[in-house]
Amino acid sequence: MKEHIVLIIGAGPAGLETAYQLKNLGLTPVVIERNDKIGGHLAQWDRLFPSSEEAEQLLERLKGQTKDIEIRLNSRITNIEREGDSFHVTLSNNRTYDADAIVLCTGFDLFKAEKKQEYGYGIYNNVITNAELERYFKTHHDERINEPKRIGFVHCVGSRDVKVNNTYCSKVCCATALKQACEIKDEFPDADVYCFYMDLRMFGKGYEDLYLKAQKDFDIKCVRGRVCEVSENIEGKLVIKAEDTLLGTPMKMTLDLLVLMCGMEKADGVDKIQKMLSINSNSDGFIENKDTFTGMNLTRERGVFVAGACTSPKTLPDTLAEARAAAMEVYRYLNS
Amino acid sequence: MIVEGKQKIWADYQKDIPDDHYYYVRSCIRQSFFPASEVTFLDITRNKLGKDFYENPYHTTCGGIAYHSDSIPQETAMTIIARQFALMHESGYENYVCSCITSFGCYTETLETWHEFPELEAKIRQYLWDSCKKEFVKPKYLAHCSDIIYKFRHEIATKAKHKLINVKTGKPLKVVEHIGCHYSKMFPSKGFGGAEYPHVLVGMIEAWGGEVVDYPERRQCCGFGFRQYFVQANRGYSLSNTYKKFESMEPYEPDLIITNCPGCPYFLDHWQYVIAEQTGKTYGKNGYGIPALTYEEVAGLVLGYDPWDLGLQVHQVAIEPLLEKMGIEYDPKAKYKGIKGKDLGTPENPVNIKIV
Repeated sequence: MKEHIVLIIGAGPAGLETAYQLKNLGLTPVVIERNDKIGGHLAQWDRLFPSSEEAEQLLERLKGQTKDIEIRLNSRITNIEREGDSFHVTLSNNRTYDADAIVLCTGFDLFKAEKKQEYGYGIYNNVITNAELERYFKTHHDERINEPKRIGFVHCVGSRDVKVNNTYCSKVCCATALKQACEIKDEFPDADVYCFYMDLRMFGKGYEDLYLKAQKDFDIKCVRGRVCEVSENIEGKLVIKAEDTLLGTPMKMTLDLLVLMCGMEKADGVDKIQKMLSINSNSDGFIENKDTFTGMNLTRERGVFVAGACTSPKTLPDTLAEARAAAMEVYRYLNS
Repeated sequence: MIVEGKQKIWADYQKDIPDDHYYYVRSCIRQSFFPASEVTFLDITRNKLGKDFYENPYHTTCGGIAYHSDSIPQETAMTIIARQFALMHESGYENYVCSCITSFGCYTETLETWHEFPELEAKIRQYLWDSCKKEFVKPKYLAHCSDIIYKFRHEIATKAKHKLINVKTGKPLKVVEHIGCHYSKMFPSKGFGGAEYPHVLVGMIEAWGGEVVDYPERRQCCGFGFRQYFVQANRGYSLSNTYKKFESMEPYEPDLIITNCPGCPYFLDHWQYVIAEQTGKTYGKNGYGIPALTYEEVAGLVLGYDPWDLGLQVHQVAIEPLLEKMGIEYDPKAKYKGIKGKDLGTPENPVNIKIV
């Protein structure tokens, strides 16, 4: 049987799982990663919803599965030339590969919170992002988090927001906000914790349970309304303004910490790869797949496949399921 | 506060301003509120900076007050604006500079609306022809007068006779900057520094030696808000709005408020008297209020103009404590003298706020 080389771009959960499945199917996956370590955002996270499993444990499992697979770190794609059904790929270190198929697993970037200037990220010290809070849970080191007495979470930062041209829902932020709210309440039991949301989209197994648990067991106060303005008072505390749309009243509140739930955007630099492969973006700016139902792992280019959050915001279980499906599509393509 | 974060935003929201040859348009209310601000602006730009500013005596209001009070429809306001543009073109200018923030907002809104809906521009073109037999050319460049002072702030600093520094302590004066809502809240990219952290007045304060106060209600409206004040029954909203701002800035003990809008210095100034009468509270030291000045008045003080020539005696809040902090000499007896020594009359002393 001919050796089929499949180039996987991105060594996050989608890329690692795809590589593992392809290996099991008898193909030769090669994973290309631009960073100096594997794991993507998973490597930055502390605990995972809904099981509370440590992200590191899952990452170790994914690493264990792929230990015999070639993974090229610190490598960027500089050129891709198509020759019939083969792809001649050049990396930033001048290494080249002739691949029979490519799987894009480029994941996502978190929305840059400083774009929503009214929230004061990068201006006021005690405004942080969901990723920074997760890093704090992991390391317990962040000078900005110092026995906070009152904490706010802002949902939908950079999602469902026409003003930043991201009209889509990032899907995971509602659950992440409530997860993080419970975790920080666990750490600082005397703190009052508020979640400012537009809608709570608690759609999967364990989600609604979390919503109820957050309120009943952790006394998290969910306020339906957007924060419109953040400023700082003379003591360095945050002063926020919002509207409680259920009560129909404006709110003004002093906080010690404000956490912005940044949504997902297509990862930086993917446009260049798309151009090399003649792959379009969809209306949300992510990579366009062939169709929503039966071609979700396919693109309009033969031999180019997609998996994970590079095509739209996805949860981790969805990402891993897509990775397995993508591997099957690649296998079927190469053996047809 | 992370200053670098603001600096990054300021760098992102810059705009080019032509170096010279401007068509100047006055405000319809500023000459009543602050009688010397506009003439000081023209004197600074023409005689101190050597710039060409042309005024066409046939220009009128932009219609902004009526538009924002819902008294006239948008098409009417746009036709008035189209006539202003026609006068600019007839005068041979293409850089349009207005004195009023609401005018700046109306002009910006009109140009952006015409850009998005060219059929509306064509309709207004016809209205102008039908009503005035005029044709307009859109300005090549639109600026507010505070943009011009901002552009030349460092040049003004080199000519300064006084700084925004307390001469007794040597410390910078603490200055609140208040931006008119119509400057950049509607179109952030049209203002220096954008909408959330505008730089237009901050730049002046820092160039002239002062220290900027950033307080929680900085972005809040001054209290004018058009319908909040024009509808008499709503005036409580106007007053409570201003009160909220002063309560918020009070802990920072500001020495001065600087503004770039016709309404803001008026309301931030006069409502201090009303707050003092209603509550007995004043926000300056020793029973005085906090002076709320236009940026032209502050530029005038910095450049050494006589405070009474700047019209500072018509402010409700006494200016003398600020003059003393800045080391500016003044003649107390000349305070209520007009041109050629005309007696302007002396106001009554309020009970709770000192005015001399």
